[in-house]
Amino acid sequence: MNGPHDLGGQMGFGPVAPETNEPVFHADWERRALGVTLATGAFGAWTIDESRHARESLHPAVYYSSSYYEIWIRALETLLERYGFVAADELLAGHKIWPGVTPKRVLHENDVAAVLSRGGPCNRDVSTEPRFKPGDRVRTINEHPEGHTRLPRYARDKTGTIEAVREGFVFPDSNAHGKGENPEHVYTVCFDGRELWGQRADPALTVSIDAWESYLEPA
Amino acid sequence: MTHDHPDHDHHHDNELDPFAARVKALETILVEKGLIDPAAIDAIVDTYEHKVGPRNGARVVAKAWSDPEFAEWLKRDATAAIASLGYMGRQGEHMQAVFNTEDTHNLVVCTLCSCYPWTVLGVPPVWYKAPPYRSQAVINPRGVLAEFGLILPEDTRIRVWDSTAELRYMVVPTRPVETEGLGEDELARLVTRDAMIGTGLPLMPGSREPGAVWPPEAGNGAAS
Repeated sequence: MNGPHDLGGQMGFGPVAPETNEPVFHADWERRALGVTLATGAFGAWTIDESRHARESLHPAVYYSSSYYEIWIRALETLLERYGFVAADELLAGHKIWPGVTPKRVLHENDVAAVLSRGGPCNRDVSTEPRFKPGDRVRTINEHPEGHTRLPRYARDKTGTIEAVREGFVFPDSNAHGKGENPEHVYTVCFDGRELWGQRADPALTVSIDAWESYLEPA
Repeated sequence: MTHDHPDHDHHHDNELDPFAARVKALETILVEKGLIDPAAIDAIVDTYEHKVGPRNGARVVAKAWSDPEFAEWLKRDATAAIASLGYMGRQGEHMQAVFNTEDTHNLVVCTLCSCYPWTVLGVPPVWYKAPPYRSQAVINPRGVLAEFGLILPEDTRIRVWDSTAELRYMVVPTRPVETEGLGEDELARLVTRDAMIGTGLPLMPGSREPGAVWPPEAGNGAAS
């Protein structure tokens, strides 16, 4: 979706303002927000793609006025409600009112280290041969789906070069919507800065994205 | 206290912070339902506050600087090479190491969200996840680098890696000059987090800056 999250090339947000010796967390609630997000992710109810889509589906005014942990929590509330783990009246009350759905898994303290060090690999076998090889010229599709996609707007309908053929990966555009993993080959595609940003772009700039095969056509 | 509020003791996590109350309410509901184990939350937080951070990545870089065979492995199969040092798992399942050269500087961003190589760098800093960096890194990387005090020669090629899929990138900077005699531990102290994102360069030997000092000094994040 053409949502507030798709930020590449936008202007007006002000300086980056890196913070010297930034602490890992700026408030105790950020610690809990990280922990609750990861622990509920371990339910296995939604995928990382669905959680990304919940975040980018926030109203743009909310998205831009929220810190990243705030974005996580707002989206997490949506997911917990969507799957019946928590109800809206409970969020208002701050206490359990209903029994709710039982998840496939609950993450216990003893399992945390193993679960974190296993992670969630997204590579999958793909039955077809890769359509492209390094050096091929490709053009990205000009599509504006209402659902989730990982092809950023600034890199749509642009011509680039395949630099690397990666593994097959779960296709986020379908996986985010419960329509299956449908893995595809992923390619690292390089674009000259001027192809993306016009003749005034830095002549020494190359930008790459990682693109699923169906984002690409031969150029 | 190095946080951005020099004039007062600024507490984001007191009772008046509406988001602190909101997260507390959410955790309370989930605990009452038996859906989360508060000790598991503590263990997750402890992992990313005290165990998994940019020291991991600094050790990877120092080993690559010291051991050409490891550097080749890191180029060819970063996930396996990094795992050989014990760093693996969440948000590091599919790693790529990108090497700076004399004429190319690498910079990593995620314009669409906050993708970041947790296994080697820990959780990302606030600026990495915020709109100014995510919007500007792909269109005006030199302007972004200047904000970090890094001015590169005009003819240095800049390669920006937008982490749009599940590959996670770490930059391997070039080894600073006059470090021939240093061992891996001493080299690792020169490798900053920002040098591995591409928004900085490694420290020079003898620099008084802290480098990848991590975890932050006690108290640094407790009540800022």
